[in-house]
Amino acid sequence: MQRLLTWIDDRFPLSKLWEEQWGKYVAPKNFNFWYYFGSLAGFVLVLQIVTGIFLAMSYKPDATKAFDSIEYIMRDVSGGWLIRYMHSTGASAFFIVVYLHMFRGLLYGSYRKPRELLWIIGCCIYLALMAEAFFGYLLPWGQMSYWGAQVIVNLFSTVPFVGDALGTWIRGDYTISDVTLNRFFSFHVVAVPLLLLILVAVHLMALHEVGSNNPDGIEIKKQPKDPKTGIPLDGIYSHPYYTIKDLVGVVFFLIVFSIVMFFMPDVGGYFLESNNFIPADPLKTPEHIAPVWYFTPYYAILRAVPSFMASQFWGVLAMGASVIIFVFLPWLDRGAVKSIRYRGPLYKSWLAVFVVSFLILGYLGTVPVTVWGQFTGGWADALDTKDRATWVARVLTLLYFLFFLLMPWYTTRDKTKPVPERVRW
Amino acid sequence: MATDDSVNSKKRRFLLGAATAVGSVGVVATAAPFVMSLWPSERAKAAGAPVEIDIDKLEPGQQITVLWRSKPIWVIHRTKEMLANIAKLDSRVVDPKSEVDHQPKYAKNEDRSIKPEIFVAIGICTHLGCSPTYRPEIAPADLGADWLGGFFCPCHQSKFDLAGRVFKGVPAPTNLFVPPYRFLSDTRIQIGEDEKGVAASTPS
Repeated sequence: MQRLLTWIDDRFPLSKLWEEQWGKYVAPKNFNFWYYFGSLAGFVLVLQIVTGIFLAMSYKPDATKAFDSIEYIMRDVSGGWLIRYMHSTGASAFFIVVYLHMFRGLLYGSYRKPRELLWIIGCCIYLALMAEAFFGYLLPWGQMSYWGAQVIVNLFSTVPFVGDALGTWIRGDYTISDVTLNRFFSFHVVAVPLLLLILVAVHLMALHEVGSNNPDGIEIKKQPKDPKTGIPLDGIYSHPYYTIKDLVGVVFFLIVFSIVMFFMPDVGGYFLESNNFIPADPLKTPEHIAPVWYFTPYYAILRAVPSFMASQFWGVLAMGASVIIFVFLPWLDRGAVKSIRYRGPLYKSWLAVFVVSFLILGYLGTVPVTVWGQFTGGWADALDTKDRATWVARVLTLLYFLFFLLMPWYTTRDKTKPVPERVRW
Repeated sequence: MATDDSVNSKKRRFLLGAATAVGSVGVVATAAPFVMSLWPSERAKAAGAPVEIDIDKLEPGQQITVLWRSKPIWVIHRTKEMLANIAKLDSRVVDPKSEVDHQPKYAKNEDRSIKPEIFVAIGICTHLGCSPTYRPEIAPADLGADWLGGFFCPCHQSKFDLAGRVFKGVPAPTNLFVPPYRFLSDTRIQIGEDEKGVAASTPS
């Protein structure tokens, strides 16, 4: 065995690659619960690719056959229902895990110098993931697939001057059609997964180059080295320590995942929307069009922004900005410390405001704007809309952006605590 | 051949620049077929091509329906009385001046048409996409004494007047769509193309 490895190592840096990327990678020893979600995201990526390969064997990207081929997978293909539910549950799980992973970054300032590029690559992964989910959602060719895609493609049609042509170019037709389905299939199974895999590899290489942050936000590379082991005082080898820890995470994740997948794969219409069990019908608009839960905060922001100068484009801009703005975090945050443990009340309050805004916007994006009724009384006549929910969404949208835009101000003013020399755990 | 070992960096920079420029042109040119392949194919264009209608035999008060990009398109020959009735309904419709952008600019007028007597609209209810029925009669039993002619959606009882303007208090939020169209002659209409060219997208 050793001779084989030597033979390979003489021709390909296998051992070197393993040691640099994981085996001899030194990580801080105080990783906590929040540090499960990176490895879990990698796990779900593999799950989605494997289940996706098998789904593509029975799926037909043809407007006349797509819906039926999904039913064929569900009813006739041996184990097909399970593979499909793994894939559909996996899609939502991917976003849950990635949102928690990103939140970890906010908690512990993982985007701060020297990890700016690592964070930006992560944002790119998130964008690619959104594209992947959007393209994939058209494939079942249900009512919500069809009308959801219609709404999203129409967003591009609001771009001034070139919008109409841009929409036609994306669809490859004048309406969402077989052509659109076929190209979305191509993007979903070839282009975006390739991009995702490359980005994830780059993300990991960048991480293992700069080194992991930790719940105390202490740079272990700046510490003196342990005279016995020769690694930083608060560092341990990823393998076997974090290999074992991450495996525990995977096991726990799989328990929750299995409960959802076996007993409630549609999660009350949140993971699989009820309307999508009806075949796409271009002549019949569903009563209420809502994206899947992981897009709803942004969808709520889109709907909250009023049209201005007879254009809906401002809402689209706001929605785009609400996603892209994460990229600028490393430069918006001027705090003296990285971790929430040593932050002052200002950052903590704003982070809480942000999380609450994100969650409520997420809820509002799933329901019609009429959900909380309308303002009554004479004063309400002066408003452009009387829907209470729309006004709540507007306030929350403002707070969402203020969390980012005021960050340079409140992080400089915040009363931070001193950061210790050594990590705590 | 140069006899000394000194590097001619000026020449190197020129060659590097020239090779990069020529290479970039090649890359852009190669991208062209890929970008172009995403436009509607000839088959999609043919299926979505503009439709021509002869309205020579369309009598006053009559309606014909044609299909354009798999949507029903109504053409209605409105009488003088019908046009007079439309003007009376301004206070009872949601958007009397057609402020919502559901029609080409040349149809943003009282009658929502190029020629007042000829009305062209997409026959899809703006509520949930059913196709409303043409009800030109005055004060029928089922629609009430104040009905002056219009369109009635059987699915959820939305009502539109004879200019496709939605009445207040019905489920549909907006006026019916008017597709891009033009007159080729007094009796021939082309749906889906106007002076600006073929419609890039289908209103919906």
